[in-house]
Amino acid sequence: MASAQESARSAERQDIRNRWLLSTPALMIIFLAAIGPLLIVLVYSFLAPGPYGDVKWEFSTDGWVSVFLQRDIFDDTLSFADAHLAIFWRSVKLSLGTTLLTVVFGFPTAYFIATRPERTREVWLFLITIPFWTNLLIRTFAILQIIRNEGIINTLLIKAGIINAPIQILFTDVAIMIGMVYVYLPLMVLPLYASMEKLDFRLVEAGYDLYASRFAVLRRIIFPLVKPGLIAGSILVFIPSLGAYVTPSLLGGGKNMMLGNLIELQFGQGRNWPLGASISITLMAMVMIALLAYVRNAGSSEVRHG
Amino acid sequence: MAKSFDLKALPGFTTIAVICFVALYLPIIILVAYAFNAATSTSEWGGFSLKWFVSAWNNAQVIDATIRSFQIAVLAATFATIAATMAALATTRTKSYRGLTFKYAFINQPLMVPEIVTAVALLIFFSRVKVFTGYAGLGYLIAAHTAFCIPFAYLPIRARLESMDLTLERAAADLYATPWKTFRRVTLPLLWPGVLAGFMLAFVISLDDVVITNFVKLGGQDTLPTYMLGQIRRGITPEINAISTAFLLLSILIVTLFFFASRKRD
Repeated sequence: MASAQESARSAERQDIRNRWLLSTPALMIIFLAAIGPLLIVLVYSFLAPGPYGDVKWEFSTDGWVSVFLQRDIFDDTLSFADAHLAIFWRSVKLSLGTTLLTVVFGFPTAYFIATRPERTREVWLFLITIPFWTNLLIRTFAILQIIRNEGIINTLLIKAGIINAPIQILFTDVAIMIGMVYVYLPLMVLPLYASMEKLDFRLVEAGYDLYASRFAVLRRIIFPLVKPGLIAGSILVFIPSLGAYVTPSLLGGGKNMMLGNLIELQFGQGRNWPLGASISITLMAMVMIALLAYVRNAGSSEVRHG
Repeated sequence: MAKSFDLKALPGFTTIAVICFVALYLPIIILVAYAFNAATSTSEWGGFSLKWFVSAWNNAQVIDATIRSFQIAVLAATFATIAATMAALATTRTKSYRGLTFKYAFINQPLMVPEIVTAVALLIFFSRVKVFTGYAGLGYLIAAHTAFCIPFAYLPIRARLESMDLTLERAAADLYATPWKTFRRVTLPLLWPGVLAGFMLAFVISLDDVVITNFVKLGGQDTLPTYMLGQIRRGITPEINAISTAFLLLSILIVTLFFFASRKRD
């Protein structure tokens, strides 16, 4: 009896050992080409910049200090680095705006798909999935071609005689936001749809039976029920927006940078790798905070419904 | 009799949904239309022409970058799928054990870190490795792509595994099949649609990548997306539209395949 137990336990141990062996390749590759290098970034953020890029191997907190502060070259006093703060603020502002707009457009779209008859529903879903799968660069390029001064919007408006000179949309914050909403909209629609698909319309019916208005049904019944999808969609849009690089660099130009472009600048022309590393870690921390907020929120809303 | 009351209707929702679908596709349609434009400028229509496709085809840089993109995508997706399949086998259909949550977090890590941060991290790391080893091949790009493709390949494979129970594997073991034989003859055939879906997802993710590739690539290692990024920054010619159109067609083809592969066969 005791030996049967013993052998069961050793079989279990063997099983766990095999499971570690099986996961080794994936863990190794991710450690070598994703997680490990991040640790190097952390180390670099505490070193001094080299004259032609790269770093000098001496401890320095200048990288971190200059994320938010700048040292006056004459009297060595510290003041807020307005340029950096403006970029931080722009990143947060545009990401929140993008998230909000994708909700405004994505919510009705997901609802529309979820209320189609089952056979056509797959087709609508497929139509949302295609842009999700197509290259982000190409989709950004498509938007760029439309909103630029020689683009179709300005050309049509001028031909129609509504405006005389093209409206400058490209290389503004508005352009970045249009681009990000366009690019990330499927990321909002898909999780929203997933939770709307499960919506029990008998609850909606009960609401109307109790003389609720359309708006009351939306606010008091549909909204609370699809909240998990809404939160998931928001996090899926907010996080890539915050770290966006391609969309702001093509649509925002050199003046309207977001954090991604600021990081690139420090590793390129800026030649201040420790500063670039510090901003990278800060960006990562911001993403982690958003994720933690999501995990806590998702956990608590499950408890309430369960 | 009163007009029937539509339970599901909400005012304005259908209108917004239609606007969304039009807005999602109109820019792409315009982009494709300009690929067939005979005029050199992309702001006027000069008649139908295939000349930009011809010029892209004759552009050695484009062909070179395309081949490189495929080389990297095939290798990275293959490695990522193999690693992800093994990892999925190790993390599903089991009681919770110590280190399981750690493995989940590790495997999904590339999804949680902004691409630009991973990109500069790899730039730093690989430039050191290059100085140390002197190696300057495609290996860096393949390693980077494999790492960020693993979580994408892992998702459908894990989902498929979780829908399979262990009865058939147990039956095989009862009939004295070795673990390897059980895997070859029972688990893998059942798992295959998931593996295929995982491979295609990884393939597309690798093919589409701009940010990480742009930082990791060495001189003369442009992939199609980084080549396009460089061209767009320099100024727009309809040739980019032609390349984009071909790229789009390929993506749509792969999505369609994925759609059917990941569907449950009932």
